Amino acid sequence: MRVTVWGCRGSVATPGPETVTYGGNTACVEVALDDDVALVLDAGTGIRELGFDLQRRDVRHVHLCLTHLHLDHLEGLRFFAPLWDNGVTLDIWGPPSKLLSLRQRIARYFSPPLFPIELRDVPARLSFNDVEHRTWTIGEAEITADLVLHPGPTVGYRVELAGASFAYIPDHEPALAGMLRERSPDWISGSALAADVDLVVHDAQFFEDEYPQYVGWGHSSVADAVAFATAAGARRLLLFHHEPRHSDRVLERLEDRARELAARDGLAPPALAREGMVVELPSRGRA
Amino acid sequence: MERRPQKHLLLILARELASNLATPTLIADAEGTLVFYNEAAEEIVGRPFTEAGEMPVDEWTRAFEPRAPTGEPLAAERRPVRIALDEHRPSHQTMRVTGADGVERDVAVTGFPLFAHSEEFVGIVAIFWRE
Repeated sequence: MRVTVWGCRGSVATPGPETVTYGGNTACVEVALDDDVALVLDAGTGIRELGFDLQRRDVRHVHLCLTHLHLDHLEGLRFFAPLWDNGVTLDIWGPPSKLLSLRQRIARYFSPPLFPIELRDVPARLSFNDVEHRTWTIGEAEITADLVLHPGPTVGYRVELAGASFAYIPDHEPALAGMLRERSPDWISGSALAADVDLVVHDAQFFEDEYPQYVGWGHSSVADAVAFATAAGARRLLLFHHEPRHSDRVLERLEDRARELAARDGLAPPALAREGMVVELPSRGRA
Repeated sequence: MERRPQKHLLLILARELASNLATPTLIADAEGTLVFYNEAAEEIVGRPFTEAGEMPVDEWTRAFEPRAPTGEPLAAERRPVRIALDEHRPSHQTMRVTGADGVERDVAVTGFPLFAHSEEFVGIVAIFWRE
């Protein structure tokens, strides 16, 4: 399995000289399936460059799994080149709401005064699918979605392919439901998604001393990210949803802190997600 | 998701709420397994949840010999916990129970179901109000 990071900034796109190393685009990650089908996680501004890349690769079928509909996970969709190609099929998966369908909620972003073109006028063939607590397959990959702790309906995803496993939980505050180190894993939000995975991409927006100002906003401290990965038994942790105010230099201090904490837990050294980063997860025989 | 069981997010959130309540509160999952009760409920039960562990909620309830205020036994189907579990609706009932300390108490019990976003029934919460 090959995982490519196209955007890893949290909350709002943050271009500029201080963010060139780790990038300023908001959440978007691609999981390579086969040559004809793409699996994309979230549609932050990082999806714009990915769209051009998919066109170059002539990918005609895209599965887009949205964790939730906050703007930093959706704002790039309108500028996703395959959306404007009538030869492309785009299957969109996302968390349900009691009031409006996924299509209706996404259509809000494709309507005046926010955008001049209506969703119904988009050329690509679209489908909308609710996911909340289920497992399904896309090609050879098995995808599992489950609700996780974040304001509003939000899911995380687990992807398994050829014995390799990957969890994507970019916006997550599991510590809001209690101290992670005091809980058994079955009482920790998202733990089943990340159980024993080869790689978990997880929210680590704040330093520990920043977090108390933002309790309940739906994001994690670096300490909680490490504690979560440890509790779930993940083999590697990729720190994600970088705080917009954090420059590259500050992020590197956050990575140092994560490694210090991980060493105490016996977790492999975590790394910062970086735009353009490619992580290869080796195939393994299925048990 | 069979790899490792995890409680539904609503149960996780309900537990955190119950942990911070001074009112005796229990939580059962959709199968009727008692998965948590809080410290306030420990006073009635006589032992902490960490010691008691998960168990069928009926087993837990039976220990208190729930009776109508007039003293006759209270049928299971009239108990708010069972109503919430079986009929997926809220209910409220005053009853007399005998605590682990042997003391009879009149309590009012409110039971209500928990539904996830898609009407998926994930369990119940029961709150015990001292009369």
